[in-house]
Amino acid sequence: MGKPEELLYSETHEWVCVEQVDGAKVATVGITAFAIEQLTDLVYMELPEVGSQVTTGGEFGEVESVKAVSPLYSPVDGEVVAVNSELPDRLETLGQDPYGAGWLVRVRLSDEQSLAKLMNFAAYQKQCADEAH
Amino acid sequence: MRNVRASQLIFELSKAGRRAAHLPHCDVPCRDVKELIGDEHRADAPPPLPEVAEPEIVRHFTNLSQLNMSVDTHFYPLGSCTMKHNPKRNERLASLPGIIDVHPCQPDATIQGLLQLLFELQVMLGEISGLPAVSLQPAAGAHGELAALMVAAACFRDRGERRTKVLAPDTAHGTNPASARMAGFDTVTVKSTPAGLVDLDDLRAKLDDQIGVFMITNPNTLGIFDGQVAKIAELVHARGGLIYLDGANMNAILGITRPGDFGADMMHYNPHKTFSGPHGGGGPGAGPICVTAALGEYLPVPVVRRDGDRYSLDFDRPRSIGRVRTFFGNVGVLVRAYCYLLTHGAEGLREASALALLNANYLLSRVRHILPVPQGDRCMHEFVASAAALKKERGVSAMDVAKRLLDYGFHSPTVYFPLTVPEAVMIEPTETESKETLDAFAEALFRITEEPADLLHEAPHTTPVSRPDEVQAARRTILKWTPC
Repeated sequence: MGKPEELLYSETHEWVCVEQVDGAKVATVGITAFAIEQLTDLVYMELPEVGSQVTTGGEFGEVESVKAVSPLYSPVDGEVVAVNSELPDRLETLGQDPYGAGWLVRVRLSDEQSLAKLMNFAAYQKQCADEAH
Repeated sequence: MRNVRASQLIFELSKAGRRAAHLPHCDVPCRDVKELIGDEHRADAPPPLPEVAEPEIVRHFTNLSQLNMSVDTHFYPLGSCTMKHNPKRNERLASLPGIIDVHPCQPDATIQGLLQLLFELQVMLGEISGLPAVSLQPAAGAHGELAALMVAAACFRDRGERRTKVLAPDTAHGTNPASARMAGFDTVTVKSTPAGLVDLDDLRAKLDDQIGVFMITNPNTLGIFDGQVAKIAELVHARGGLIYLDGANMNAILGITRPGDFGADMMHYNPHKTFSGPHGGGGPGAGPICVTAALGEYLPVPVVRRDGDRYSLDFDRPRSIGRVRTFFGNVGVLVRAYCYLLTHGAEGLREASALALLNANYLLSRVRHILPVPQGDRCMHEFVASAAALKKERGVSAMDVAKRLLDYGFHSPTVYFPLTVPEAVMIEPTETESKETLDAFAEALFRITEEPADLLHEAPHTTPVSRPDEVQAARRTILKWTPC
């Protein structure tokens, strides 16, 4: 999908990779290696349907670990155009390749404003360092 | 001397035709089950129930019970659960024939004593909470949350208001957002400050005219009393919202402060925590709720009513949200709560809370030298330590420590909750533990942190079941026994 250094990040630990596809901007969304490590062993994941609308800060799915159930927050606005539907059955993929095969959804952006609020790699690394104490 | 045979699955002990009881011939007119239940609702064959004689049943369950830890056998510092001693006197009183032999369909006139007891319990719970309208019906704490949120929703409907949101801090029990969803609200999480209090700026940013209820646990799950609670209530009330107090931690404040006085409009109690009822085993818990007088008309039915010296179950409450539980609720644990309250009296309850705080602070003062306590060196009835440094330095997790404590004869504290503390170890000793027990626990904890990491990863080593594979258990859950 992209190198971690080239991605955008939300405060809630989602990564975003924006590409131009057929004249529209499409964002691929995943969760970061830091988040996956914090969640520990994952046991269940729920992803949205293709065609559903997501809004910035709104929940688009959830992920459950042996510790807790955590919502997945959308970092962008738009329509879900693709879902990594095999992922919930192969959750180990998330740990092995969080920025590639572990992608969650692709969203056709209806609005690019939310991208401006996302962090670059350096800013996100700093946030993770602060959270880990 | 473990009896391995008796603790096999009870299905494996089954022998066709064996019985524990032989029922007498039916002495009332019999009707064929086919007449009573339609074909579409009837199974083709009876379920494969185990067929076992009484001695085998008794040995099976007695042996199983001895493979477990309980408050009667071990120190049980399970944070947020208030595993205090269950006084045996309350068990005896709750087992009196006038309590346990009552039929749920008996006319009110024949159970005046029980109704009086429940009425007086309503009054006492109202007084302790500062919220005078009480329903004893909900069957557990989370059920109380749901019932109270339904009360709030009914009130908003009556006012002609559309309020869609329930707010709760990121330290809230998971039941809070779950209950909100069940009651039809959307949930919004409010951040905590590094000190573990509600972040007022974040709360202000999330308050709008859609707010229905702010759910707060106070003291919160970090064991800190949020002194901003009156201010929070003011902010929420100014927007027309209501405050719900999750009463899981009431053991810290009995007779010291009252939710109704610090701005709460609704709350639940957990009698199986705060008022010493057993958790499970001795009967189910309960989740009585208390609300302001203004919200009282929406409470579930029935409410126990007094007219002069007569008591009755009042169903004639047109604005009530209706029934939430069959008959009178879970009476057994309510009777134990009543006995507990009368035994202690007002002064005794306040003293119990003060001692719960003293025990927790004493244990905190010892534990913080072993595992750091990020939210400071004072607490209410519980505190949250962190194994994050231990994990980073030696690869030993909160789970490893928790499992190893079992080998030392202590039930584990709550771990990995609240989520705001990494590698959380949440410890609640309660007031019923001696200094010797607290010292022994702290010493065990210290010894564990000195043990080799490999030994800890494999713990527990002495229990009948070693460490289960929680990931496999959650990913491939088998909930049903099927014959081979």
